[in-house]
Amino acid sequence: MAELPILDVQGVGKTYAFNDTRIEALRDANLTVRKGEFVCLIGASGCGKSTLLRIVAGFEPPTVGTALMWGKPIQGPAPDRGMVFQDYGLFPWLTVRENIGFGPASRGRPKSELKETVERFVALVGLSRFADAYPHQLSGGMKQRVAIARVLANDAEIVLMDEPFGALDAMTRERLQDELLELWQRTGLTVLFVTHSIEEAIFLADRVVVMEPGPGRIACEHRITLPRPRDVASPEFNAVRRELSARLHSHHAKKAA
Amino acid sequence: MSDATVPNTGALAAPSPRLGGFRLLARLKSFGLALIVPLLLLLGWHLAVKAGMTRLIPSPGEVAEYMVDFAVGGIWDDAFSATLLQHLVASASRVYGGFALAALVAVPLGLLIGRVKLVSQLLDPFIQLMRPIPVTAWLPLSMILFGLGPKSAFFLVFLGAFYPILLNTVFGVKSVEPRLFEAASMLGCRGNAQFFKVVLPASLPSIFTGLRLGLGLAWFVIVVGEMTGVPQGLGAVIMDGRTLSRTELVICGMIVIGIAGFLSDRLVVLLMNRLLRWSPLHHG
Repeated sequence: MAELPILDVQGVGKTYAFNDTRIEALRDANLTVRKGEFVCLIGASGCGKSTLLRIVAGFEPPTVGTALMWGKPIQGPAPDRGMVFQDYGLFPWLTVRENIGFGPASRGRPKSELKETVERFVALVGLSRFADAYPHQLSGGMKQRVAIARVLANDAEIVLMDEPFGALDAMTRERLQDELLELWQRTGLTVLFVTHSIEEAIFLADRVVVMEPGPGRIACEHRITLPRPRDVASPEFNAVRRELSARLHSHHAKKAA
Repeated sequence: MSDATVPNTGALAAPSPRLGGFRLLARLKSFGLALIVPLLLLLGWHLAVKAGMTRLIPSPGEVAEYMVDFAVGGIWDDAFSATLLQHLVASASRVYGGFALAALVAVPLGLLIGRVKLVSQLLDPFIQLMRPIPVTAWLPLSMILFGLGPKSAFFLVFLGAFYPILLNTVFGVKSVEPRLFEAASMLGCRGNAQFFKVVLPASLPSIFTGLRLGLGLAWFVIVVGEMTGVPQGLGAVIMDGRTLSRTELVICGMIVIGIAGFLSDRLVVLLMNRLLRWSPLHHG
């Protein structure tokens, strides 16, 4: 296909140097993401999935290789790639409304447009009643909704999520997964989502990229063709889960779960 | 998305009137508890003087009587009668003047030291070297530099308040969560814009800690500062009281400084709780 992928990672590697020791966190990663795709990166700790995400976000430059967005090399963080952190990364001194407006305000959007954008995204994530609350007054699930709304309000084309629901309880996690999928289907977002839960990956993704540690690298890709909404208790879902689980287990017997 | 998740947000619930009554009772109780130790101390002091344990210290009653004379006059009518206000104003103007100047210099300097490596390399070693020198040790030098009088007191107060404000500001800047810089930059706030939108608000709690410590030290230092031969000020009153062997005057000066220091701290706390209402640690 001639269509340009939104994201194109070519031969990316990352080596960290601590004094005299060098640690290879990621080796020769190749990944293409098309607009509108939902891609999950999965693997045990140390497989380089967060490193890859941070390189795409522009927080860290790759040691070798190139990461391209719309064919242009990624140089530093920018609003077109919004990041959602596991620990939220909200500004504690700003209210829900101000947190969501932080990006558009920083980019000098006119006041009236800013206000309209903020109200729209506060409503989109269902936090109208808490618009003037500070982050410390919110539950974990609500904080993560603010974090998602904040990147969407800032016109992110691709949302990078680093184990975003990892710190939430099971019920809240399921809710937010449903809500994220609904948002994704409604807005035509592109999502690159890091997780260590096989079930979460299969439930959410069009494509699951399996990564392995020592050194971190991409092992294989699985296209998930199950129709949505997916039922985690269905035999078809479990078949995929078994297959993916076996793939993870074959390389590090104890860690995949 | 909808918000069916039940939030555990006690801070958002409006207090019911019943709860308000309880809160008043709790406040009265904590107020009463806080009074116990000072009252016992007063009682002990009173009994000790009554029992004739010392001739040099007046009883609490005598001090109270003198305090009234010191404040409004009409009892002893000596050189110190009804002069409390002018001494208090003299001291407070030096305390707040020195403190304000210290804050004005120390906060921006601390922000720079915490954020700009070159400034830190340039100034940090020097500051660490100067810091251990007690303010009182500066007294002779400040008398030479600024002469006998209010300027010298002003300088010592400035010096006393300067270090805690500076060090806490630097600490605040250095302990901003790196995550917040990442969040700001991916949202399009980069470079110098982060200084005002991230660094300053994030280090505000530490800056306030520094301001509180600094103001406390300013009141602490004022007595020393006013030993340098200024005619007015609470420190001068205490020094005069000592020279004239008028212990009741010394104690009155001590009490006024204590109360003034306490009240000005409350003022900072009030301002702090207003500006930091986003912080769960600043609700008391």
